[in-house]
Amino acid sequence: MNRTSSSRAPWLLLSPALLLLVAFTHYPAVATLWHSVFSTARAGAASVFVGVENYQLLLDDPVFWQALRNNVWFALITVPVAIALSIAMALWVHRQVPGRALLRLAYFTPAILPMIAVANIWLFFYTPQYGLIAQISQAFGWGDHNWLGQPGTALPALMVVTIWKEAGFFMIFYLAALQQISPTLAEAAALEGASRWQFFRRVQWPLLMPTTVFVVINAVINAFRLVDHVVVMTRGGPDNATQLLLYYVYQVVFSFWDTSYAAALTVVLLTLLAIVAFVKFRLLDSRTHYQ
Amino acid sequence: MTTSASSTPPAKRPPTTEIAPVSPRDGTARVSLRPFSATGHANLLDTTGAWLLGLLWLLPLLYAVWSAFHPSAYATRFSLSAPLTLENFVQAWQAAPFGRYLVNTFVLVTVILAAQLVLATLAAYAFARFTFRGSEVAFMIVLLQLMIMPDVLIVENYRTIAWMGLRDTILGIALPYFASAFGIFLLRQAFKTVPRALDDAARVEGANAWQVLWRVYVPLARPVYVAYALVSISHHWNNFLWPLIVTNSVQTRPLTVGLQVFAATDQGIDWSLITAATLMTAAPLFIAFLLFQRQFVQSFMRAGIR
Repeated sequence: MNRTSSSRAPWLLLSPALLLLVAFTHYPAVATLWHSVFSTARAGAASVFVGVENYQLLLDDPVFWQALRNNVWFALITVPVAIALSIAMALWVHRQVPGRALLRLAYFTPAILPMIAVANIWLFFYTPQYGLIAQISQAFGWGDHNWLGQPGTALPALMVVTIWKEAGFFMIFYLAALQQISPTLAEAAALEGASRWQFFRRVQWPLLMPTTVFVVINAVINAFRLVDHVVVMTRGGPDNATQLLLYYVYQVVFSFWDTSYAAALTVVLLTLLAIVAFVKFRLLDSRTHYQ
Repeated sequence: MTTSASSTPPAKRPPTTEIAPVSPRDGTARVSLRPFSATGHANLLDTTGAWLLGLLWLLPLLYAVWSAFHPSAYATRFSLSAPLTLENFVQAWQAAPFGRYLVNTFVLVTVILAAQLVLATLAAYAFARFTFRGSEVAFMIVLLQLMIMPDVLIVENYRTIAWMGLRDTILGIALPYFASAFGIFLLRQAFKTVPRALDDAARVEGANAWQVLWRVYVPLARPVYVAYALVSISHHWNNFLWPLIVTNSVQTRPLTVGLQVFAATDQGIDWSLITAATLMTAAPLFIAFLLFQRQFVQSFMRAGIR
């Protein structure tokens, strides 16, 4: 088996992986498009070609727009807040704060716990009357609030859980990047009499930019992909206040059995992810050498 | 932080880039003396802020531990005189087949990891060491999966799994994850750093391609395998939506789905029971994480995200 002459060997090596990749990634992506222009087969009615009808339904569907809006808000709020927190965490852990190892563990712990498990704990925090937050606010005489039961606060409550879970995870990337920054820069800045804030603003922050780009992209993808906490805490309610695109897909298929409409929804979701991926490849992979 | 996969942040590296991933000093560089390690007043502020945030971050877990180890009367009130008990764990364990769920999760994670490692190794070897027509197209096919995640394709993948007759089987949950573009990418990067001379020497010794792969490439890429394994295990241990869709029986449910079924049907809402079950779900992975903290953190750093 020579490295260059026989072209059979590499294809043999590749075929199992390629076969499964195509079966569970590429084929379903194409099949989603295909099914989105047909009607859902019902008892007594076969599936027929309907063109863009599913997409027209989509445009007229207030729940879809609500889910899209929620998703966009989710990304707009959770991403910057989680990143700001993760930079603060990384800077603290990077400096000689007492109990550094324990602190790093504390920050990173939520990232390793199953979302489904932590969502159950947070569910209790948010419970009216006897939940932890309710007890604290009643002790201070601020009254009681049904955080997950009110449309105004349900989505922010989920955002808090997401931020709490992701910040520590992003911290490790910033920590890695901070450790790459040459200590001579800090010495030079100190000699010049720069304040800590100036040093961060003028030296660390620009040098952390590649990490920030990377984290932003992944955080945005996660914002469109994570639905575990929705399943546990709100099921999209109250009144679709916490409806997110992927959860809506799940509902449409497994509650209403409307696979074609779900396919159209999935196409929208895939399009959004493709845009993010495109940005990612333009920004990040210009630096990566494939050869 | 040595291998630069497409999904790792292109952190500013020292001029000597591309150290082989087998370098023992991998990511352990430490700078001890730093300016801006403020003193006195600012330091106190820093420490306070850092620890307040740390406590806030630990609070949910601390609460879960408190509630799980005390009688349910104390689930919603804090008292130092509260008696400790293991009763909640016993009850939760009896109320739902958590032992079975644990076995299911274990089998699921093992099956996925084994398949991923084998398939990714073969594919990465082909990409890293063979020049063949169509290699670029094949590689693009792989990279596409980094953009389109199987998590989003639940409708069609459910259809496929049903068509294969794999509904409500552990294999049905695992199959879509067997081929991991991310794993292929990571290993290909690692294999590319193996010096050609080693490869050639082995061939001169009369080793065939298989033996070269097993004796030269795989051992040299061990840190990458460990990193990938930890990331894969933690991802699939915690995965929820897809297993929820595929499974509908005790025989196949992983822990995450089992916990949700338990918490959702337990209308009496006994928080002590639910937190005990929650801790049981998270415990095995969490204990592993505590034991191998450094490896976990470095794996996530190296692997970027997945």
